[in-house]
Amino acid sequence: MIPPRAKAALLPIACVLGLELWSRATHLQSDALAPPSAVAAAMVEAVSDGSILVATRDTLASAFAGLVAGGLIGLAFGIALGLLTALDRLLEVTIETLRPIPSVALLPIALIALGFGYRMEITIVAFACLWPILILSRAAVKGIEPRLMEVARALRLSSRDRVTKIIIPAALPRIFLAFRLAVGVALIVAVTVEIAINPIGLGAGIMTAQQALRPDLMLAYLVWIGLVGYALNSVMMLAQRHLFGRAALVGEPA
Amino acid sequence: MNRPARLQDGHPLTPATTQIAFTDVTLNLGGKTIIDKLSLDVRSGEFLCIIGASGCGKTTALRLAAGLYRPTAGQVCFDGQPMLTPRRDVAIVFQDYGKALLPWRTAAGNVSLVLESNGFPAAQRTARIDTLLRKVGLPHHADKYPAEMSGGMQQRLQIARCLAQEPKALLMDEPFGALDAMTRQGLQDEVLALVAASRATVIFVTHDLEEAIYLGDRVIGLLPHPGRIGIDLPIDLPRPRDQLTTREDPQFLRLRRELFDFIKASEA
Repeated sequence: MIPPRAKAALLPIACVLGLELWSRATHLQSDALAPPSAVAAAMVEAVSDGSILVATRDTLASAFAGLVAGGLIGLAFGIALGLLTALDRLLEVTIETLRPIPSVALLPIALIALGFGYRMEITIVAFACLWPILILSRAAVKGIEPRLMEVARALRLSSRDRVTKIIIPAALPRIFLAFRLAVGVALIVAVTVEIAINPIGLGAGIMTAQQALRPDLMLAYLVWIGLVGYALNSVMMLAQRHLFGRAALVGEPA
Repeated sequence: MNRPARLQDGHPLTPATTQIAFTDVTLNLGGKTIIDKLSLDVRSGEFLCIIGASGCGKTTALRLAAGLYRPTAGQVCFDGQPMLTPRRDVAIVFQDYGKALLPWRTAAGNVSLVLESNGFPAAQRTARIDTLLRKVGLPHHADKYPAEMSGGMQQRLQIARCLAQEPKALLMDEPFGALDAMTRQGLQDEVLALVAASRATVIFVTHDLEEAIYLGDRVIGLLPHPGRIGIDLPIDLPRPRDQLTTREDPQFLRLRRELFDFIKASEA
């Protein structure tokens, strides 16, 4: 009787209600927790004075710029390495050495080189997004049906046609999946950089609320970040369905 | 005059020139000799069928003719020129149509790929695609994706894509191997009609002896390990051929027996 989407909302609603009742029953006094009603009030306040919206804009701008920069570099390398086995072998050690470096570990260097602000944050996000996209698009290209590559040879397609008309469309569903993963990574890393060091965006908002001893506002930011992430993923899912509707009947990897 | 007109019975009018020539072709792959000193002349306009037990190198021979493999020794020539890479005027029909078609393009889009790549004027593409799809019996399926089509329709589409290349030679690798018997017979007749109209040279690989006799002007049988020619039979059955009468012709039955004995002996 209950639609599945409403069913999925039942648990969060129950938790919020439970928390509210518990915090009222115990007359909660805390620097870390706040009753859901207070969190909701803080969120309304932050939205109406615009502060959380400005912070969201800053975080998303950095996350997207980093995603695009890192994504394009990763995609270019991923396609090249997927096609050229020799190049792949040549760069294997370099890549496998750079890849495990946590992006946040680059913060000290990035800070000295680029200072506070967008540029530094974008660089760190780009570094973090580059790897999943590189690895997954390389796998996507390597996984292209060999027969299709043969058709490209038999038809004597130019290198450009081969990339734009065979390789990219054939690998696109998986490359898109890589971008979906990277969107999540971008948001996480952007907020992390803001919490650690950069005085802009949602991460900095959380830090400010914490230092002001406002657990309600701090939690409001946390919930807000969750909502932003959920919205982003929904948009990506929608785009995926829209882009690969009928043509994806065969060879859908995920 | 290297493309002679063809009489109803399939014999060329003029002394035929050789279009595809294998001269002492040897191919080693991974340390194994797959094809050993194969020499073979395919006349312009000829319909040559290649049969043989599995693993005898039928498909490999076809890939050599297509320029997808380069011989380790010897030479494959097309119209007198060495075949070093695939050529636009030599089309290959793969057995696995499901993998050879672009799943993200419609039927029209798949045919269009060829026209885009060889610089066919964009303004005339739609008309050309319509003509080609009508030729293979898919006039109302231009907007369908391969996954929405049956196996027979997908193979027709692949043939349409090959015809878009306006090939001088059509190389077919067990094209009907995965289709049911009725679809198969229908497509055999359609291919015969298309080839008669285009006068293309055909090399047709199959493991179906009757199919080889029914379609071919000549059938060669390969012996395995390493691949070499074991039998070379001209097929003098009258054309146009008919699924019932041709297959009941005593000559047909005699040829079938001969090829059957050859396969049995080659597997022994």
